[in-house]
Amino acid sequence: MNILVFVEHRDGAIKKASLEAVKAAAGIASGMNATVTAAVLGAAVGAPESLGGYGANKVVQVADARLDLYSSTAATAALAAVAAREAADIVFLSATAMGKDLAPRLAVRLDGALVPDVTALQVENGAILATRPVYAGKALEKVQIMTAAQVYSLRPNVFSAGAASGDVCPVEQFDAGLTDASFAVKSTGTTIASGKLDVAEAAMIVSGGRGMQGPEHWPLIENLASVLHAATGASRAVVDAGWRPHAEQVGQTGKTVSPTLYVACGISGAVQHLAGMSSSKVIVAINKDKDAPIFQTADYGIVGDVFEVLPAFTDALKQHMGS
Amino acid sequence: MNIFVCISHVPDTTARILVGGDGKSIDPSGVTFILNPYDEFGVEAGLLLKEAHGGDVTVVCVGGDEVKETIRKAFAMGADKGIHIKTASARDSFGVARAIADVLKDRSADAVFCGRQSIDYDGWQVPGLIAEMLGISSVTAVSSLTIDAGGAVTAERDIEGGKETIVTALPAVIAAQKGLNNPRYPKLQGIMAAKKKPIEEIEPAPFENRVRVVEMTKPPIKAAGRIVGQGADAVPELVKLLHEEAKVI
Ligand SMILES: Cc1cc2nc3c(=O)[nH]c(=O)nc-3n(C[C@H](O)[C@H](O)[C@H](O)COP(=O)(O)OP(=O)(O)OC[C@H]3O[C@@H](n4cnc5c(N)ncnc54)[C@H](O)[C@@H]3O)c2cc1C
Ligand SMILES: Nc1ncnc2c1ncn2[C@@H]1O[C@H](COP(=O)(O)O)[C@@H](O)[C@H]1O
Repeated sequence: MNILVFVEHRDGAIKKASLEAVKAAAGIASGMNATVTAAVLGAAVGAPESLGGYGANKVVQVADARLDLYSSTAATAALAAVAAREAADIVFLSATAMGKDLAPRLAVRLDGALVPDVTALQVENGAILATRPVYAGKALEKVQIMTAAQVYSLRPNVFSAGAASGDVCPVEQFDAGLTDASFAVKSTGTTIASGKLDVAEAAMIVSGGRGMQGPEHWPLIENLASVLHAATGASRAVVDAGWRPHAEQVGQTGKTVSPTLYVACGISGAVQHLAGMSSSKVIVAINKDKDAPIFQTADYGIVGDVFEVLPAFTDALKQHMGS
Repeated sequence: MNIFVCISHVPDTTARILVGGDGKSIDPSGVTFILNPYDEFGVEAGLLLKEAHGGDVTVVCVGGDEVKETIRKAFAMGADKGIHIKTASARDSFGVARAIADVLKDRSADAVFCGRQSIDYDGWQVPGLIAEMLGISSVTAVSSLTIDAGGAVTAERDIEGGKETIVTALPAVIAAQKGLNNPRYPKLQGIMAAKKKPIEEIEPAPFENRVRVVEMTKPPIKAAGRIVGQGADAVPELVKLLHEEAKVI
């Protein structure tokens, strides 16, 4: 048995979410007597052999430069060809923007089924059982795919990639036979705000809500975020008010995040906000209302004014990091 | 243009979700159902496309008889026709997509709009499944879109840290993200007209679910948060706890 893992890269650098997927596949493979093959699409990726350090037995690279920009149709064709070549029935992806777009097409192409946004995996009697949040995290569903071909996308930041062991694995080149028609849907480029961490990928997030009282106070959020190397997030109330861009919105109609640390500043903790961040490992809330619902979900809370607490918190962390 | 919008009937965002007696699905009693918020962007996109290039807008919904009220909400916004694909028992996403694809395959759809995700199953998968089943293009998480009269499509989709521009051609499935448009509010006239618009009922071919639900549970309840203290004075204790107890800094 062989598990195929689709490995994403941006500007040549392999994504952390993909390292997590390789590591998770290796964990599942050991319980199923399976091997792990990583699939890399495009010519631009750097050091694919290093995936051996996360548990890949080998890498299959389709070094077609046309794949350096995302194409859902070409990636579907290429991954299906790699899966056939490697006799892999099981495919892992990451539930990233790309993985979410690609995984359903691949599941149909392989005549299988998809379990998206998985947060836990186990093997029981040789079968994979996957757990995923449904109803905005208000319930968890444990499911099993009944077809031979199985596709899973894993929620970023939930599975740990660990540190690379330093092992390297062989990299085989493969021509997936793509034609121009394979690129029926294709990216012509991306615009990425440079130097800005995205909430969906960040290990730490500092988020502000209406309690921040205006966009002019966001330096308080940004200063704390910069000490923590965190991304900045926002509640819908402040996005709707135009204080912050929608890309920063956390919650049911924004992004779902699972950072190690989530700091909610002046956010009341409405269910729709909690839907996006309640799976964070540690939650800190700063709110002047001791009855704010966010304190029910937070691990640690400070009842206080953000204008007083945030600067003190930032200073204390600077000192802590310095020592 | 021949425009379709797939809509789903989902619990209100504030609904309290309890697991039903079978341990595999929710208990729907007392839950208010709404038109999936992302599908409002899909309906609006369909109406805008019709206004730009002509044609009509048909909404498609898979579910039990209760989904008719959701179809009528889309009518009130301005959709012309409805297709209700009737299912008595729960279908997995693959089964929902299969039923929709079977209906659409002979109807020469130009554009099929969906929402980014349904807020019940949160799958982000039905649009891509339908597109691959029909062998047509798909673009998901779309926050900006132009479709010209010749059917050329340019879409912007949200990705980590920014946007990605996608080009393709109709026929295509487009899954809408917030930002794509501002869904119109139904006017009284639209609400009145909604009662008279036709809903075609279709019995789908039998389908065996490909995904088996082993169990549904409530997430473990976290112990209520600990209030570390009041105001800036509590900061040193918070930093200590984050370092020594939570070990995150
Ligand atoms: C369909 C739907 C989808 C939604 N999706 C989302 C979503 O994705 N994300 C989301 O966030 N919301 C979402 N919402 C909105 C959600 O219901 C809330 O309205 C929103 O989260 C509130 O934002 P807030 O906490 O910033 O503001 P408020 O609820 O106004 O809370 C402000 C908080 O700041 C505190 N405060 C005020 N001043 C200070 C101060 N000086 N110092 C400290 N604390 C202070 C107050 O005590 C209060 O608790 C959605 C709603 C609907 C209906
Ligand atoms: N039962 C259904 N009937 C019609 N369309 C649906 C149904 N379920 C999902 N969809 C469409 O698929 C989109 C994504 O749903 P999901 O894959 O469940 O997150 C929704 O926003 C709808 O446009």
